[in-house]
Amino acid sequence: MKIQKIIQITAVFSLIIAASLWYSQNHGLLPVQAAEEAVLYDNLFNALIAIVTAIFLLVQGFIIYSMIRFRRRKGDDTDGIALHDNFVLEIVWTAIPTILVMWVGIYSFDVYTSMKGTDFMSMPMAHHHSPISAEQIANLAMPAAMADTLPSQPEIDSQQAPSVQLVADSSLPLVIDVSAMRYAWIFTYPGTEIVTSEMHVPVGRKVKLNLNAQDVNHAFWVPQFRLKQDTIPGITTNMEFTPNKLGEYPIICAELCGGYHGGMRTTITVQTPTEYDSWLKEEAEVASNSPQTVAFKQVLKAPTQMSDREFLTEQAQAMRIDRDLPTEIQHDDRMNHHHMHEMASYLTSATSTN
Amino acid sequence: MTQVIERISATQPPEPSSDTTHWREYFSFSTDHKVIGIQYLVTTFGFYLLGGLMASVIRAELATPDTDLVSSDLYNGLFTVHATVMIFLWIVPAVTGGFGNYLVPLMIGARDMAFPKLNAVAFWIIPPAGALLLSSFFFGAPSTGWTAYPPLSILTDQHVGQAIWIFSIILLGTSSILAAVNFVVTIFSMRMPGMDFFSMPLFCWAILSASGLVLIATPVLAGAMILLGFDLLAGTNFFNPTGGGDPVVYQHLFWFYSHPAVYVMILPVFGIISEILPVHSRKPIFGYKAIAFSSVFICILGLVVWAHHMFTSGTPDWLRIFFMIATLLVAVPTGIKVFSWLATLWGGKLRLESPLLFAIGFVSMFVVGGLSGVMLGSVPVDIHLHDTYFIVAHFHYVLFGGSVFGIYAGFYHWFPKMVGRMLNEFWGKVHFVLTFVGFNLCFLPMHLLGLQGMPRRVAQYDPQFANINVICSIGAFILAISTFPFLFNAAWSWFYGPKAVDNPWNALTLEWTTSSPPHPHNWIGEPVLATGPYDYGVPMDEFEEESMFTGTID
Repeated sequence: MKIQKIIQITAVFSLIIAASLWYSQNHGLLPVQAAEEAVLYDNLFNALIAIVTAIFLLVQGFIIYSMIRFRRRKGDDTDGIALHDNFVLEIVWTAIPTILVMWVGIYSFDVYTSMKGTDFMSMPMAHHHSPISAEQIANLAMPAAMADTLPSQPEIDSQQAPSVQLVADSSLPLVIDVSAMRYAWIFTYPGTEIVTSEMHVPVGRKVKLNLNAQDVNHAFWVPQFRLKQDTIPGITTNMEFTPNKLGEYPIICAELCGGYHGGMRTTITVQTPTEYDSWLKEEAEVASNSPQTVAFKQVLKAPTQMSDREFLTEQAQAMRIDRDLPTEIQHDDRMNHHHMHEMASYLTSATSTN
Repeated sequence: MTQVIERISATQPPEPSSDTTHWREYFSFSTDHKVIGIQYLVTTFGFYLLGGLMASVIRAELATPDTDLVSSDLYNGLFTVHATVMIFLWIVPAVTGGFGNYLVPLMIGARDMAFPKLNAVAFWIIPPAGALLLSSFFFGAPSTGWTAYPPLSILTDQHVGQAIWIFSIILLGTSSILAAVNFVVTIFSMRMPGMDFFSMPLFCWAILSASGLVLIATPVLAGAMILLGFDLLAGTNFFNPTGGGDPVVYQHLFWFYSHPAVYVMILPVFGIISEILPVHSRKPIFGYKAIAFSSVFICILGLVVWAHHMFTSGTPDWLRIFFMIATLLVAVPTGIKVFSWLATLWGGKLRLESPLLFAIGFVSMFVVGGLSGVMLGSVPVDIHLHDTYFIVAHFHYVLFGGSVFGIYAGFYHWFPKMVGRMLNEFWGKVHFVLTFVGFNLCFLPMHLLGLQGMPRRVAQYDPQFANINVICSIGAFILAISTFPFLFNAAWSWFYGPKAVDNPWNALTLEWTTSSPPHPHNWIGEPVLATGPYDYGVPMDEFEEESMFTGTID
């Protein structure tokens, strides 16, 4: 009798563990892995899924079993057993979760440091408070008309090596400055004149982002990389990843930033180094041959000259929304030229500081 | 067991008192804790219905990927006010002010709360504060989320709505603090002779822990709100980076309150569950002291986990690691509670009626929220999932699957005591099944949405998520419909239900030793402490079957 019970219990536990392990490898809950960080992430995630699935099955199975086995039969008004506690049992279910969460903590710590790629304990702080510059303050409040009249600052430091060569050195991380604003992303490739609204990166090379926000908090999220970082006005935040799969992935704003937060999306294209180099050359040529507004060809052709409708249609296309325009945008007075002008002034300031 | 009940019955007066509570009391500045408790419960349930209405509009909007039902700003206003109402006008006041006020004095054998007038003041702040908050829809509702992060909340187009929001939060926080002071003093100083801390019902432990959290954390929220109000209305720069302010400091202040607020919303419900499970399983609560102390541990740990809401905010790495460890540790006392509840069911005689169904539903659903919470506690996992629908799923499993299921369990359990009439059991079961199905249909798929890449707080989303969102919306509408059987059941039973006896569940806590509904002074004579709160069950040595524990679990 006793041995039979032990066998039954062992069988149930083995089944639960087997089911959890199977599910942790076959859940299909996560999108494609497109960066090295995603591989690390998914291993951790799968381990956690195995643990939580086992606990889930154990608890729910226990509940269902108890509801059937211990339901009150008609006419039975007696009580159950007067069982107040069991010291050993309580120690067990305190100790096991403690060990489990400690293991989760250590494993997560390990994954976190690997994803960051540095021994972070030696770094004093992860972010640097930098008081916002006077120029940025001016720009925040400056009417677009004034911003348009500002002379643009000298663009290239003549000391710098030709940009394309510099960034093509693939042993160094590729640095990209990211500027978030309602409701667009601006990517600046330092050392070049390239300013775009869609990010292009070569496969297999570490990318380092310096992120800032022009107006309110945003968050830079690429689900296929499993990485997210808030962008905060006045603070530069950082993010690193190494894309490892060719393709085009969404960049999604994940922090509420206003009415059209849901539409604040663009793409990151992971290319082969050759494709990436030719893209760089193309962009650099466009940037050097034309007035600066052309650099924004994918964001805004000439933002101040576009109607709201044109602007938003283009935005909507960038967001891949397959329709003319969200209807309420057409009637909404708040999404007016005021916003357009604000954006235009940010764009101007973004170019002039680079 | 039966002797125990007889002993208690013997202490009751032979005939019910003619001295009853007049209905007009419920619309007055009454200082009777039972009247105030019912005022809280009815008022907050009204706000719950309004918040649910907003949720229905939100889900209707999300049934399609485009913004086509309400404007983007109104959508943002709806989810902001939905969250604010559900937290500050429904769960917090319902579980502390509502159940706490009604039950704590009855459970500890007191005639009333320590400060009856303060109690009434705390309640009467709520209706005007709630009306104020809802009035913001006329001026452009606050649309920056219930978190109201600056600079968005400072630069918002809905200045008036945002200011109204800040002011109503300050009022509601004040009410919450006043109620908490009252609970602490009442529980410390008004227990009847012979009742020490460890013979108190566990609900009182839970209320005590939750009140401690409110007293420590809510003033910090008030401070944050006042500073945010200055930034918004007076142009100061506490949180505004254009003037040198730091928006991240606001996040720290906000979450210093708002994470403990989750425990304020769930701890009293843990208490409710710890009361209901033993009564309806006909067994003692398993591990009384472990459950009592785990409430206190959750309270302490709950104060040092706030920055896990900020893992993507650019907080320093060492801070992230510290908060990760603290957050993961919360799973330990919470696990102790869950396992103790499960052990309470084991070997019982489960009376599978509405109170126990909702209580078991609570355990089952809360575990899902707890497990996703452990996953989110891990920094790398959270970085992907922060601000996605996974989070929406997680906190609804904790706050709806957890708190709201527990509140319903409490309604079904204590309705006969509060009203003196029984609820209809058939409609109670209908309510449970609809709620359970609708809830899971609505929120379970959201885990997948978040993992796959749908951010929260969006009115328009990637069309690849359209099908799953339709499922969520169908679930939400079932959930909305599930409210009606309860509403009609409660309204009808209140006036026409079969009369309840004093102790319909054969429960042992003190509130069942008085009449249903209780006399305005709670007991006509002196309450008598005949047994411990959970002395159910046939003693182990008299139990006939082979012991169900030994050889089964360990």
